[in-house]
Amino acid sequence: MIDQTAKRIAYYPGCSVTGTAVEFDQSTRALCAALGVELIEIPDWNCCGSTPAHSYDPLLGAALAGRNLAMAEEMGLDVVMTPCPSCLKALKEALRKYEEKQHSFLDILQMPFSGQIRAISVLQLLYEDISPKTIREQIRYRLTNTVIVPYYGCLLSRPPEFARFDDPVPEFPFKTECCGAAYGVTQNHIVGKMTGRILDMARRLGAAAVAVACPLCQQNLDLRQSQVNRFWHTTFQMPVVYITQILGFALGIDPKKLGLDKLFVSADDLFLETSEPLENPTESKSV
Amino acid sequence: MALVNDLRMPRDCDDNFIHQVETESGQQISKCYQCGNCSASCAYTYVYDYPVNQIMRLIQLGQKEAVLRSRSIWLCADCQACTTRCPYNIDIARVMETLRFLSVEEDTVSIKNIQLFYDEFINSVKNFGRVFETGLLAKYNLKAKKPFTDIDLAPKMLRKGKLPIIPHRIRGRKQVVDIFNRFEDYRKKKNLD
Ligand code: SF4
Ligand code: SF4
Repeated sequence: MIDQTAKRIAYYPGCSVTGTAVEFDQSTRALCAALGVELIEIPDWNCCGSTPAHSYDPLLGAALAGRNLAMAEEMGLDVVMTPCPSCLKALKEALRKYEEKQHSFLDILQMPFSGQIRAISVLQLLYEDISPKTIREQIRYRLTNTVIVPYYGCLLSRPPEFARFDDPVPEFPFKTECCGAAYGVTQNHIVGKMTGRILDMARRLGAAAVAVACPLCQQNLDLRQSQVNRFWHTTFQMPVVYITQILGFALGIDPKKLGLDKLFVSADDLFLETSEPLENPTESKSV
Repeated sequence: MALVNDLRMPRDCDDNFIHQVETESGQQISKCYQCGNCSASCAYTYVYDYPVNQIMRLIQLGQKEAVLRSRSIWLCADCQACTTRCPYNIDIARVMETLRFLSVEEDTVSIKNIQLFYDEFINSVKNFGRVFETGLLAKYNLKAKKPFTDIDLAPKMLRKGKLPIIPHRIRGRKQVVDIFNRFEDYRKKKNLD
């Protein structure tokens, strides 16, 4: 639990949200501000190494991520939140390596570190620390008659003991299928095939949009949707929005602050045509 | 492609390899009883030469060459579906990861482009402290001799301000480089032991 008197937590944006996924960063910050959580960006944070570092040796990735954790501890904070599942994995891996191979880990890191800090995703922050009830009370707009399928991807939910992610509730058969991950560049046909299947399933279910919480998934589904269309000879025009953008919109945050204009497949219609303001915000049942 | 018929199981069996994979990954490979759940869960089987359960079996049989030269280990996306569904809770994704870095060390990487991409990624982190996506892509395209990779996406990305041309350099670059150096020393020491 976050310290209730002062909800201050360390924020680790990660590289992708400073570049291709800038709207995830914008909407995360705007949403947290609206919900009274103060995010303190770890100054001078470095890349966690992501899959490439991990592929060489998990200890390298752990040490790179460890520098950020050590800096957050130095700031006197006991929770660090990141919107990126890949970064989260690296941060948690660092904590695990601290337990498993403390000696080598600290030898490589060479920074004071106690391992006491907790690393969480933005979803955990919203669900466990802020609570759906608090969010529900602040809903101003409701999206009506719209199916938005949740797509979690791989990293957020697996493996269960590590990710500590409950079984996703809403039914979307491909909710945790892989989208092709980082193969957009090196093995583009894989992303074409896998991402195509996910979009296809979403369309079959009558979805108006796909909600995501991972920069890589979002990039494959949104930015690369045109490549998918070429691969399958399809005409998908499926908005792929971050959950933080949807919640932010429901809370009445200015769409500009949520980076809705940064999406490649526009979600304007989704939000304009299906939303209606609530008279009495607390009556809302839809989150 | 898989050369299953060319495998000479007893002749090529390398006991040391089995041991090495087990210690590096921290997983007990001998527990695998070939139920096939991992391959059934793996979305990448269609591009693999050996499905992941066969990789597990080949490790048990000490088939170092076949395993470390396989395409499968480099096409694995580390999605963890296999790990999640293994009845013996073997962290198979971790085993695949271990095989990747062993193949780098043995210089038997099958899909050079993926390794190249990872290398350039790491270089970017070493140089700037963070990944500079634009530069990474440009360098990869150049070195992989695929200058047009994702060129169709560039104009769109520019329009959305998602293709920065100047890298962000963190102040603690030296600290990051030091982490890399200490890590290299650690690996070297470990390989000597
Ligand atoms: S799921 Fe586990 S036990 Fe079954 S084949 Fe794969 S590694 Fe072996
Ligand atoms: S982690 Fe690799 S081997 Fe396992 S299911 Fe995913 S892609 Fe397949």
